[in-house]
Amino acid sequence: MRKIVLPGDLVATNSKVAGQGTYVENGKVYAKYLGLLDKDETQVRVIPLKGKYIPTAGDMVVGITKEVTANGWFVNINSPYQAFLPLMENPEYKSNKKPNEVLDIGDAIIARVLNVDPNMKVTLTMKDKMCHPIRLGRIVAINPARVPRVIGKKGSMIKMLKNELGIQIVVGQNGLIWLNGDAKKISIVEEAIYMIEEEAHTEGLTDRVAEFIKRRKGDVEAKTNS
Amino acid sequence: MLKPKLIVDGKRLDGRAFDELRPIKIEADVLKRADGSCYIEMGKNKVLAAVYGPRELHPRHLQDPSKAIIRYRYNMAAFSVEERRRPGPDRRSIEISKVSKEVFEAVIMKELFPRSAIDIFVEVLQADAGSRAAGINAASVALIDAGIPVKGIVTSVAVAKVDGQLVLDPMKEEDYYGEADLPIAFLIRNGKIESITLLQMDGRMTKDEIKRVIELAKKGVMEIYRLQRDAIMRKFMVEEDEG
Repeated sequence: MRKIVLPGDLVATNSKVAGQGTYVENGKVYAKYLGLLDKDETQVRVIPLKGKYIPTAGDMVVGITKEVTANGWFVNINSPYQAFLPLMENPEYKSNKKPNEVLDIGDAIIARVLNVDPNMKVTLTMKDKMCHPIRLGRIVAINPARVPRVIGKKGSMIKMLKNELGIQIVVGQNGLIWLNGDAKKISIVEEAIYMIEEEAHTEGLTDRVAEFIKRRKGDVEAKTNS
Repeated sequence: MLKPKLIVDGKRLDGRAFDELRPIKIEADVLKRADGSCYIEMGKNKVLAAVYGPRELHPRHLQDPSKAIIRYRYNMAAFSVEERRRPGPDRRSIEISKVSKEVFEAVIMKELFPRSAIDIFVEVLQADAGSRAAGINAASVALIDAGIPVKGIVTSVAVAKVDGQLVLDPMKEEDYYGEADLPIAFLIRNGKIESITLLQMDGRMTKDEIKRVIELAKKGVMEIYRLQRDAIMRKFMVEEDEG
């Protein structure tokens, strides 16, 4: 099991191995936030247990439109920083339409972070086959630090969820997850996601979640038959 | 009122030794709605700290394009002292908020979150001398609980001079009737004291006494540091066991 480290804990004495979640002072590497220590010969990382979503270029996010302007939309991406989606980055926009006819306040979207400038001005794009406005389904919010576990190693967790229940899932890096499909199945996945969030730093999670889903699927079928 | 004898037979009024802390209880992550939180009891002090952020900062003219700004609010509840205290900030709590904010300015990695704000709220529910130190200890745990990047853990304690004797972590009577009171905070990294992040004093002490005070405070602070660590570890170990 990985060790929990607190900020300021010494994690390495060779500054070359310093990775994510660490800082270097006088050649020594310290943890910079609360997290789990992930250490090997080439790199030392601290995997955060808590914290806000800080956008990086290339991230897939789920957002909610907060403001419509003449040049685009301001989108809340569950982060300290609001994002901007320019008109030209939304393929649904045509010059004969008004921006609010394409996306209005409160509309949810799946978008990709195009760029984050040094002042943390975030630009989004929807020119991607994964991106589209959300009109159906459900959005589930979790702690952004737990997103990697919902995805699993090389997508193993998310693949398992999709295969077991045959619903659409898009995991935003910002901790918002879009689910679409049969309402009962969505409810099962929602519960499973909360379970993953709760037990994010335990071993053998994928197997336990698979078991949980099989059990819940059985419950639902038993109910419909009776 | 006549000043009572504060030291009787080499012991303090509550029977403590000169270098002994009051009993301390710390619990992390007590508030659901805050990003990070902590409840601390240091003797009869009861203090609650909540941390929010980094979050969007409004109005915009307060934003700093190069780093996050930190806001610290130290507030005493109306019922925290014997005589009802008028609610709202006063001269004393504004000063404490300012110096405590400066403690955390030095340890939070503000440059990582330009244009945002980190809010720290410290509510004193019951006060009994050394509430600013208790507030700083709680805020430090709450910041770590919120997952905010910091250089290390900040730990604070007060030392007083009563009846000519230096005593660690004074209680109300010692603070009130004593000759001097010196709250101090340290940045502790990897179990070692790195720097002093707060030092105030009222009353008078000699240069030699100050040196001894700092040594005494260092000893007390290391004990509190261990309790702060335990509080966070306990919280996250429990989460792991559930699985």
